[in-house]
Amino acid sequence: MLSSTKLLEFASNYGIPVWALDGAIAIVFAVVLFAICAISVIINVYLLRKISADFQLRYGPMHVGWHGSLQLFADAIKLLTKEDIFPSNADRWIFRLAPVVTFVPAYLGFLVLPIGHGIVIQDLNVGLLYILAIPAIGVAGIIMAGFGSYNKYAIIGSLRSAAQMVSYEVPRALSIIGIVMIAGSAKLSSIVGAQHVWYIILQPIAFVVFLVSTLAEINSTPFDLPETESELVNGYYTEYSGMRFMFFFFAEYVALFAAATLTTVLFLGGWHGPGPEYLGPIWFTIKTFAMIWVIMWIKWTLPRFRIDQVMDLGWKVLLPLALINVLITGLVMMII
Amino acid sequence: MSKLEEMKISNHNLSELEKDLALNGEVESTEDIVTEELAIHFGPQHPSAHGVFHAIFHVKGEVVTKIEPDIGYLHRCFEKIAENRTYTQFIPYTDRMDYVASMTNNWAYCMAVEKLAGIEVPERAEYIRVIVGELQRIASHLVFLSTAGSEAGALTPFVYFFDEREGILTLYEKICGARLTYNYIRIGGVRADAPEGWLDDTLAFVTRLKKRMYDYDRLVLGNYIFKKRFIGVAPFSAEQALDWGLTGPPLRSTGVSYDVRRSDPYSVYPRLEFDVVVKYKGDNYDRACIRSDEIKQSIRIIEQAIEQIPEGPVKADGIAKVFKPAAGEGYGHVESPKGDLGFYVVSDGTTKPYRVKIQGPSFGNLQALPAMSEGTYIGDVVLTLGTLDPVFGEVDR
Repeated sequence: MLSSTKLLEFASNYGIPVWALDGAIAIVFAVVLFAICAISVIINVYLLRKISADFQLRYGPMHVGWHGSLQLFADAIKLLTKEDIFPSNADRWIFRLAPVVTFVPAYLGFLVLPIGHGIVIQDLNVGLLYILAIPAIGVAGIIMAGFGSYNKYAIIGSLRSAAQMVSYEVPRALSIIGIVMIAGSAKLSSIVGAQHVWYIILQPIAFVVFLVSTLAEINSTPFDLPETESELVNGYYTEYSGMRFMFFFFAEYVALFAAATLTTVLFLGGWHGPGPEYLGPIWFTIKTFAMIWVIMWIKWTLPRFRIDQVMDLGWKVLLPLALINVLITGLVMMII
Repeated sequence: MSKLEEMKISNHNLSELEKDLALNGEVESTEDIVTEELAIHFGPQHPSAHGVFHAIFHVKGEVVTKIEPDIGYLHRCFEKIAENRTYTQFIPYTDRMDYVASMTNNWAYCMAVEKLAGIEVPERAEYIRVIVGELQRIASHLVFLSTAGSEAGALTPFVYFFDEREGILTLYEKICGARLTYNYIRIGGVRADAPEGWLDDTLAFVTRLKKRMYDYDRLVLGNYIFKKRFIGVAPFSAEQALDWGLTGPPLRSTGVSYDVRRSDPYSVYPRLEFDVVVKYKGDNYDRACIRSDEIKQSIRIIEQAIEQIPEGPVKADGIAKVFKPAAGEGYGHVESPKGDLGFYVVSDGTTKPYRVKIQGPSFGNLQALPAMSEGTYIGDVVLTLGTLDPVFGEVDR
């Protein structure tokens, strides 16, 4: 990454206005981020299919490309060429905007993630708050989807999603407080920098609470209630087809990837690993995909909870656990 | 625009809004928000409707307050068709009733006709019927366990159980050439003897399944979330179950030990040792566990039957394709995987039945769905429907 002072010098030398420079940099980073998202989705979907096939005594996709590696592209082409169906009573604009509103926050979360030592697009000093708050906006898109499609399954699914996300946002945020206390910073790069011992060892309770509420946050099993195919057909995106459906699909996998990267940053020591520092991003990637594998392992093993059990778990188990974790961390820090 | 004007406008908007709210109803503060019941159409095409089932769920939030089942989408007039076919010609139609367990349908119908015409079935045929019948019970219960898992959100056990069922279908393919609609049991016996080595294959299959059932029990029924979803949901008492006319596993889960194989013994079941599995709570979990236990009992029966099976013919002599039983009636019922499946056949002395009445267990069991699951959550209703295990080919016939 170029340091900003060098860039500013460069700009003033050639008479480029600062806003234009900022804009250009923003566009470049947006494109790079989008590419990273897209690649991660491609890899994730392929992995999901192959891992689930492994769990289920199947081969998974085998025909398109080497071991079905091009299957996703075939699917994308199929979805792009499909008819774009509007339910006749849908609220057109809400219906149209919903996939975008779901996708963009999930994508913006990557802005503050440190991939390696010093490799981060915007190292905010409140990065942790940012990464908890921004992806949570995605729930607005889900509610819009449910509200806009004029479908009872969709509205129930979206309301479930809202209830779930709001409930699990609380223990999720609280579970991280212990980390902030130890690291003494809410800046993600300093949190990783402080992890000479991985926080999964120092904060095991926090890790469990964080993982469980992350699963709820990304609507993964056992918390996939918003999209229960056995009850609500497909929940909030029942009415979506073609391109718009693809956006939801995309957002879901980006959210999964974001959740895995955030867990890596907070608990698995981020870029730390044996070897020289420039291997950081590789360690980071390995840890992230290990995390994705764990999430998929859970996804393909467990049944799902009922909605009242989800709420019970969130408020009666995870929230007290997270608070106890804060207390214990505080006490231990006071003693040491 | 001055500050004052702005305020005026915003005030104006506010009063408009209030008027709107007043016109639309009772909304003044959050305490007065009126919630309405929502009517959701479940089906006719719904992923967990077990066929073509339509029901209207009246839901209050997530709680279902009323269910209006609506059946008949798969009605194919089987009873009327029977009056226009010869006795033998009707056998393939019975395959299409409970298509998850075709063998027992064949069996019940043939038994009714045999009683009507007074036909003796050779012993070897009876043993083969017991073996294929119990394999069918295993297959049907495996499908139950897989769908119970997938309805609860676990998709992986689904594939495992279907893989096991594949073994049974392969055995069936060897013995009768078909994998779903067998048309294998005939009036007076079975169509053909088991091919060479088939009994050994069957024994090998059930031995393997017996070992694996331990893992499957832990994977599905022993799972913490699965238990949390199933235990205590939609319980039914023995009186209720008898009032609603439940049969099969849903009845036995309430503590009533009624199994046609014991209560009205047929075929060679009196010679075979097995337990009638009974549970007492009558909730979804008991209904699920009873099926897993019955698989183990079926394995026991098959092992004994293979040990005892005698040599000999597999079809009674002298039964023509078209025959005229004397005027009269015959009732045959078997314990199908779903419950007490009965055929009542009346003859007027011609080549075709005068009347065939079918009593399908799925129909009886499905009736109890509203009584069982009103007041539970939407997700529970789906599971309760699953544990009643209706097949709509049999409900509608």
